[in-house]
Amino acid sequence: MSEANTLIVRALRLTLRDTDSVITALALPVLLMLMFVYLFGGAIHTPISYVDYVVPGVLLVCVGFGAGTTAVSVSRDLAGGMIDRLRAIDVRGVTLINGHVVASVLRNLLSTAIVLVVALAIGFRPHGDPAGWLAALAVLVVYLIALSWLAAAVGILARSPEAAQGIAFLVSFLAYPSSAFVPVRTMPGTLQGFAANQPVSQVADTMRALLTGAAGGAPTWSAIAWSLGIAVGSIALAAALFRRRRIQ
Amino acid sequence: MYDNAIEAAGLCRRFGEHLVLDGVDLVVPAGQVFALLGPNGAGKTTTVRILATLLSPSGGRARVAGFDVVHQRREVRRRISLTGQYAALDEMQTGRENLVMTGRLQRLDRRAARRRAAEMLERFDLVAAADRRVRTYSGGMRWRLDIAVGLIGDPTVVFLDEPTTGLDPRSRQTMWEAIKALAASGVAVLLTTQYLEEADALAARIAMIDHGRLVAEGSARELKRRVAGERLELELADADAFDELTRAIDGRAMRYERSSLSISIPVQGGAQEVRALLDRLDPERVRIARFLLHETSLDDVFMTLTGNHPQPSESELAHV
Repeated sequence: MSEANTLIVRALRLTLRDTDSVITALALPVLLMLMFVYLFGGAIHTPISYVDYVVPGVLLVCVGFGAGTTAVSVSRDLAGGMIDRLRAIDVRGVTLINGHVVASVLRNLLSTAIVLVVALAIGFRPHGDPAGWLAALAVLVVYLIALSWLAAAVGILARSPEAAQGIAFLVSFLAYPSSAFVPVRTMPGTLQGFAANQPVSQVADTMRALLTGAAGGAPTWSAIAWSLGIAVGSIALAAALFRRRRIQ
Repeated sequence: MYDNAIEAAGLCRRFGEHLVLDGVDLVVPAGQVFALLGPNGAGKTTTVRILATLLSPSGGRARVAGFDVVHQRREVRRRISLTGQYAALDEMQTGRENLVMTGRLQRLDRRAARRRAAEMLERFDLVAAADRRVRTYSGGMRWRLDIAVGLIGDPTVVFLDEPTTGLDPRSRQTMWEAIKALAASGVAVLLTTQYLEEADALAARIAMIDHGRLVAEGSARELKRRVAGERLELELADADAFDELTRAIDGRAMRYERSSLSISIPVQGGAQEVRALLDRLDPERVRIARFLLHETSLDDVFMTLTGNHPQPSESELAHV
């Protein structure tokens, strides 16, 4: 247990001391939100006020950015000597990966808190009750855990930190053709089917509904199923990749 | 208890079709520095990774600190440390944080880890830099910290995989001293190196490895005795002379260097012998421009035993 804690603290410390990942975790989410609310928001018509609409989307897109940091951290440890040194002193590889995943979740929760504070300052006022807020947060956390494991798998798969960054970027780009920033019905017809059903939209729609107190028609279970599916798939992939790399 | 810190018999390792390690036997007693010497891709890193339990052997057996590297992996891991070719340090943590973290991972409690870290900083002359991030460290400081991190759990066997590659000569000197001190404290050190002078300066015993096989083993002195006492270096007049002589000598030379038109031959060093040899090789006295006699170095031994290896060749196998 103390090994796991030591490695979580380490992963958190390393990323919070790295300028690049600090900007990604702390500044980028807020900037992205301000950009959408003040620059693009005026041109986007949403059923609720745009700031209420976009905040869940911003949070999810930033989970993708944070995943990039995690993938790079994992990949760096595997490419350098750290993994060998740890294994040679009987620390299991999975404990190291777990440290990065937990740090990733904690870092993203910090980003979330900052985004929410700024959002409230610029007029974010969804009408959901506290239970709805808690449920929305729970849905976000499950998604966060899923993407953090996906990032870890990408980090193990990639042969270099640069490759990990590249793959993570591609994956995080999938958040754009979704309901995160604009309603899906404004997109080209051929794209709508994909955009409406992909996990980012499902999670965003669910969070939005829970926050605004309109949870009735929300795809809650489908959102959670997506997240759990990604988590389980990523953990299995990470384990398989890890086993393969260890044998070599 | 155990007799030897490291005992390996018939270690083999196959990667796909490729046999990278082909029956390596090693014995290293406690308190000894043992050098595994060979070019890139010879199997040095593979040997170390097997002994450090990171890679399983395809054949053979090995015991480290008295435990089997395959069946008692965990016991072995609690008694060893590995310092690889890449420094395994966190650039964004301070020296002290790196040390304390590793101590905690080796199951020291918080207080014990802090105390050991302070001892290590003292011992490796890093007190002044203890609370600076490692990214600000010089190459030599990094290396000392890397070793210190390896020692925080008080290992009985230390593996150093090409520890001085890329270090400047002064840092290398410092690190040689540190390795000697380590062995003097009773720790067994297995070190791999491409540098013959390093093996010569440090190791009580040296094993020369090439293409996955040990080609020789012994003290530096014993190994040097295995080739003739001296090396006669001939500088040839021109490229034609070089080619003719290469043919005439037909593989008896230790080295051929076409770029400098020089050929080296093992000799005992007596005047009679050298005179006769020069006359036989160059009866017209036009081919050989100069000659020099050198004392045999480990370099010569290696060249002779491995059949005139030129420069260490780059190989992908060094990094697996």
